[in-house]
Amino acid sequence: MFSSLMINTWIAATMVAVVAGIVGFFAVLRRSAFAAHALPPSAFAGAAGASLLGLSSILGLGVFAVGGALIIGLLGRRGRHDVATALTLVLMLGLGSLFLSMSVEYAPEIYSLLFGEILGVSRSELLPIGALGVACILALGCLYRPLLLSSVSAEVAEARGLRPHRIEVGFLTVMALATSMTVPVVGAFLMFSLMIAPSGTARALTSSPPRAIVLSVLLAIATVWTAIVASYETNWPIGFFVGTIGLASYTLSRSWHAWQHTRPMTPAPRQV
Amino acid sequence: MSWIFEPGFFTNSTVHTAALAGTLVALVTAWVGVFAVIRGQAFAGEALGDLGATGGSGAFLVGVNPLWGFIASALVGAGGIEMLGSRHRPTRDLATGIVLGAGLGLAALFLYLDTTSSSTTGLSVTILFGSLFAIEPSLIPTIALLALLALGLVVACHRMLLLSSLSPELAAARGVPVRTVGAVYLAAVSLAVSLAALTIGAVLSTALLIGPPASALRLTKRPGLAIAVAAALGVLATLLGILLAYDSYYWPPVQHGWPASFLIVALVFSFYLLTRLPLNSRKR
Repeated sequence: MFSSLMINTWIAATMVAVVAGIVGFFAVLRRSAFAAHALPPSAFAGAAGASLLGLSSILGLGVFAVGGALIIGLLGRRGRHDVATALTLVLMLGLGSLFLSMSVEYAPEIYSLLFGEILGVSRSELLPIGALGVACILALGCLYRPLLLSSVSAEVAEARGLRPHRIEVGFLTVMALATSMTVPVVGAFLMFSLMIAPSGTARALTSSPPRAIVLSVLLAIATVWTAIVASYETNWPIGFFVGTIGLASYTLSRSWHAWQHTRPMTPAPRQV
Repeated sequence: MSWIFEPGFFTNSTVHTAALAGTLVALVTAWVGVFAVIRGQAFAGEALGDLGATGGSGAFLVGVNPLWGFIASALVGAGGIEMLGSRHRPTRDLATGIVLGAGLGLAALFLYLDTTSSSTTGLSVTILFGSLFAIEPSLIPTIALLALLALGLVVACHRMLLLSSLSPELAAARGVPVRTVGAVYLAAVSLAVSLAALTIGAVLSTALLIGPPASALRLTKRPGLAIAVAAALGVLATLLGILLAYDSYYWPPVQHGWPASFLIVALVFSFYLLTRLPLNSRKR
């Protein structure tokens, strides 16, 4: 499990989890679950296109994911955001299927890009993945206060002179970069689960933003590590474990949250 | 003409089946989708379509036609979304997303088991991205029946659905059972996206559900007219897509045809872009 081949996976997956946990916190706060679901397929199209042209897959992932984010931002500006997101998503998935149908390696490649492949990371990819991750975290660090403010109250943010649409596009771009580093590991379909499930869980457990970020990172790391071990042992796809663990932890945290909040209300039925 | 319609297009029985199934599905999906756009349920539609992949791959595992799997898992998903929808809205998208993640994870597992147990290559592609040209002619009556059922649900509660989509408060005040109508509507969406999953694939089914209705609603605000325009656009995209896919056997770079699903999705997307041109938005 810790052979030299797997070491790359462990390193990459940990970096992915850290970034997913942080980006996911804002995605949940901003209710961008749909956008988080829609961006990874753009990265999938990019990877497929890059493999068709024989280019570096990281390059394809990045260009397409950022392109997808910009299309969503542009179309969502004066139209309906969810419609723009849905149509960008299907366009990118369709492009991905087109590119893959033109290349030689069809079925296995499509599968690992969509659902993840624990042995899909090579040593040379670690550096770009790490660099992208650091870039995402730095960008979020700079955007931290405006993001938080505009997520909590768009009106106050606007009154303070922030431009909500610019912040939105900026955030989508960061999310796209985060996505492009993760698709080779977790797969296009399960990436968003890794982004929103740990942070959704964290938000149900604590309301303080810094604590929620730390918790969401820790949960994301735990999810990915468990998924790698389970996937290695059973040979089943890693995406299955990421998705299931995400649902389980979210359900548990919601029940705990509900239980915590009903308990104080039970004592002493009031006189009517 | 032969450079538009490659030889044999009108006589090929596979094309006939594809065109018939595609038209039926596009018509119904667009009709149902108009309300999805008005209600802001694009994500729900997307989630139901994607969950179809879980059922489709599971159905293949037990040797049933994927269509039944699409329908079963979409209906289960609709039940889940409906239950979550009763809570307050902010967590609804999040919960939908997390359930969707688990469903896609399960789809990954089923597809993996499918391919290891029966060594069928290309199954993932069929389930996820559809194969319009592989629809059996014997399936047409079933498709027609399911399409009628979905349409029947939407038509039966057309007025209540419209009112509760435009203003839930007003509808509730008028005595419309808003939640029941919402649940019936989600069932209709499940059927529609399952049919769309059959033609353009589970993960692309949203294109037919959201694309033509969104374009139509940019052009007109009258619901009845929007339904007609959406249906026309959906059918047009499907038939043009089939034509282009047929012709594409002679296109570069490879001589085995472009995927019909991609062509349909690309057409749907271009129609939407056309309706977003400044010319149209000025009229709003």
